[in-house]
Amino acid sequence: MSKAAVLAPGSLSAPANIRRSSARVSNRTIVLVCYIVFLMLPIYWMVNMSFKTNEEILSGLTLYPHNPTLRNYAVIFTDPSWYSGYINSIYYVTLNTIISLTVALPAAYAFSRYRFIGDKHVFFWLLTNKMAPPAVFLLPFFQLYQTVGLFDTHIAVALAHCLFNVPLAVWILEGFMSGVPREIDEMAYIDGYSFPRFFGTVFLPMIRAGVGVTAFFCFMFSWVELLLARTLTSVDAKPIAATMTRTVSASGMDWGLLAAAGVLTILPGALVIWFVRNYIAKGFALGRV
Amino acid sequence: MATIQFDNLGHSYHPHPSRPEDYALRRLSQEWEDGKAYALLGPSGCGKSTLLNIISGLLVPSEGRVLFDGLDVTRCTPEERNIAQVFQFPVIYDTMTVYENLAFPLRNRKVPAADVDRRVRQVAEALDLTADLKKRAQRLTPDAKQKISMGRGLVRSDVAAILFDEPLTVIDPHTKWILRRKLRQIHEEYRLTMIYVTHDQVEALTFADKVAVMYEGAMVQLGTPQELFENPQHTFVGYFIGSPGINLMPCTLGNDHALVDGIPIPLPDRAVPAVGGKFELGIRPEFLELTRSGNAGAIPVQVTGVDDLGTSKLATVRLGSHTLKARLSEEQEIPALDAAIRFPTRWTKLYRDSHLVG
Amino acid sequence: MDKVQDNRAWFLIIPVFLIVAFSAVIPLMTVVNYSVQEIFGPGQTFFVGTEWFSAVLADERLHDALVRQIVYSLAVLAIEIPLGILIALGMPGGRSAKTSLTLVLLALPLLIPFNVVGTIWQIFGRGDIGLLGATFRAIGIDYNYTNNSVHAWLTVLVMDVWHWTSLVALLCYAGLQSIPPAFYQAAKIDGASKWAVFRYIQLPKMRGVLIIAVLLRFMDSFMIYTEPFVLTGGGPGNSTTFLSQYLTQMAVGQFDIGKAAAFSIVYFLIVLLFSFIFYTIITRTGEGEKK
Repeated sequence: MSKAAVLAPGSLSAPANIRRSSARVSNRTIVLVCYIVFLMLPIYWMVNMSFKTNEEILSGLTLYPHNPTLRNYAVIFTDPSWYSGYINSIYYVTLNTIISLTVALPAAYAFSRYRFIGDKHVFFWLLTNKMAPPAVFLLPFFQLYQTVGLFDTHIAVALAHCLFNVPLAVWILEGFMSGVPREIDEMAYIDGYSFPRFFGTVFLPMIRAGVGVTAFFCFMFSWVELLLARTLTSVDAKPIAATMTRTVSASGMDWGLLAAAGVLTILPGALVIWFVRNYIAKGFALGRV
Repeated sequence: MATIQFDNLGHSYHPHPSRPEDYALRRLSQEWEDGKAYALLGPSGCGKSTLLNIISGLLVPSEGRVLFDGLDVTRCTPEERNIAQVFQFPVIYDTMTVYENLAFPLRNRKVPAADVDRRVRQVAEALDLTADLKKRAQRLTPDAKQKISMGRGLVRSDVAAILFDEPLTVIDPHTKWILRRKLRQIHEEYRLTMIYVTHDQVEALTFADKVAVMYEGAMVQLGTPQELFENPQHTFVGYFIGSPGINLMPCTLGNDHALVDGIPIPLPDRAVPAVGGKFELGIRPEFLELTRSGNAGAIPVQVTGVDDLGTSKLATVRLGSHTLKARLSEEQEIPALDAAIRFPTRWTKLYRDSHLVG
Repeated sequence: MDKVQDNRAWFLIIPVFLIVAFSAVIPLMTVVNYSVQEIFGPGQTFFVGTEWFSAVLADERLHDALVRQIVYSLAVLAIEIPLGILIALGMPGGRSAKTSLTLVLLALPLLIPFNVVGTIWQIFGRGDIGLLGATFRAIGIDYNYTNNSVHAWLTVLVMDVWHWTSLVALLCYAGLQSIPPAFYQAAKIDGASKWAVFRYIQLPKMRGVLIIAVLLRFMDSFMIYTEPFVLTGGGPGNSTTFLSQYLTQMAVGQFDIGKAAAFSIVYFLIVLLFSFIFYTIITRTGEGEKK
């Protein structure tokens, strides 16, 4: 068999380009690799710095720690004013995810299965909450939570973050739920399931990819948000982000410590995304988009 | 146009296939004439889509060769082979008009604009799409979109063959027949080689000059619809074609007869194969005669049911432990007590290990 | 799906309603309240009607911040959307270790707390301890984001691109993955070039996700606060002070509550308006999409 035999006139066209291009690295891959390098550089630099002593940092640029040290991390793990920040953050983020999911699930179900008075308007109103600039809420939140005595609590931040997480959760979950045919619900009722039992044992497992995606996004948006979290807390529920910014304004900056703190804030996110990486790929394909 | 030849063609998705079951497509050597309409018919998983993709070039077979007009195209791309393919769902360019969709393959080959226009209008005329030429392709009904898909294959005057992979899947039942008829018309007019994959026997039998019935990766028979009906080479062909399919009964062989549950069925003038194997006797309901016992060659049976289908009747009878069906004309009387059946020699088929031997 | 008309579904909505009402409606009402009153002391408020709003609309520095913000958001869109598409086109498909790794690495910047993003770039861009800053110094460019407005702007932009382009890329990737292979096969058969495949198959099929990406990026960039604040503090001078920071200065720094409240309402309305405009433009150009 030879390619030359193919190049005959008549019913077969001469192939424009016989060479298979899959062996070469395509331009698009090069772009992707360059972009990933671009993404990793600043992170690598911070990781690099987190293992250096401040003397080494200030004395000149080194691409890897010549005198590596764990001192920066040790400070964070042993000093309560530091590690409590992480604990606080994780605490209110988890609270928020739970609350958001708990209220969003029934609501999404309602939007998915029923028509009712004002349904489109409520849905739209929910989405507009995501368009509210957080800066707008600084003062009102401060006063509101002080008034109800929830200032400087984890629940305050968790509730405040519901402002933008709950609409998102409803939106994503409704998309997934609409992919489950109504017939499943009806069959369950005919089989004698009560609504809670149906929801818990039949429905939820079917949309677990959607629940996973939603939980991931709630976690993500709550974890990264600083403005509201800092406004509503002072000591007891202070998130790690606030601790870091305080450090920055102090004179004699502890760069190594700052870098280590920063690296530790990336870890939870990296871990979460590593564990749900398969769900993300699936979730994107099945869900709203 | 091209004659298509399969030379020891086979395909397995396993890296090292050892048994016949590992093959999606089993060893096949055949030659198909130019300009005919072929159907690949069979149930899901029988290998028909695999074969189609090998013919079109979307799949490179693990063994053997495909030749177009004697030239080995096994490793050529679909574009190089000049193939057109219509898929299960309409594949059109949403942002283009119908005209632009049809013109697309020609423009990619740098055909002069005047020729493009001529060809596009010609094909649109043939497909009844002339009124829609200026419309956005996305807005049309699914059957119109499938016509556009077909049209993109037809515009290329040198197209070797058009392949259809279950193209009527998303079409409404009441529009299917319009599209089927249109396919037939196109074939008459253009005399292109057309290969049509389906699991629906009605589609296959009405569309094709020759039908290839496929089963578990093997092509069990290639023939005209009439041949498949009157002379099924394989029990599967008997079962799959016709509604209901062929009556089959395991049997043993005597001198000039077969024994079904001990009941002799005369098989005169037949070369009896000597070697062993599993034997089955087959006859289509259309050919099984229902008469009264006492007539020559009649074997007494018990009538267990009659279905009135309007234009015909379907009688269910018991012969020994077997249930057989016989299709009768509307007027034919069905004896209640002394019913008997006859096996006309011409239509009675003998199968050994599912293959026709006599 | 066929939905059933049933107003009792409201019971299922009530929890959401209560929570969002608490988080959104009450504070907003407070803001509205403040926007039409002058506060002299505790319990001494005086209704002033639209006075604050006039003050806001006449505020020159507000105009400047608004212009800066619009330029910023448009620049962000102009860079991140095409770049995101380009990256998505280069991402591997299917279920493989390569794909998983790519997804994780791409998503990483999205999971970093906003202030840490600012800190990372703050460090990275410094001439003394940052790789980027030091590199610029080494090749002779006097790069300084703290006292050079142009450098500050560029750094803030690059930081945003670094931070958020992955979101666009991931959304576009999801859109691309949902295209059935038959379309690519048909295009190959039709002899289409790579560019034609992009223009006639990939781009149209990505329309849905692109709309989401544009809206999300526009809204978020219009409301941005933390990252640029940590990096430049709004400076040098005012050059990187965008709307949210200006509002915060007004409300918390200067404690100009009435004016800040009026500004808040205007701000919110601007975001809603622009989002609506964007949404309408995108859904009108191109055909009405089938759901």
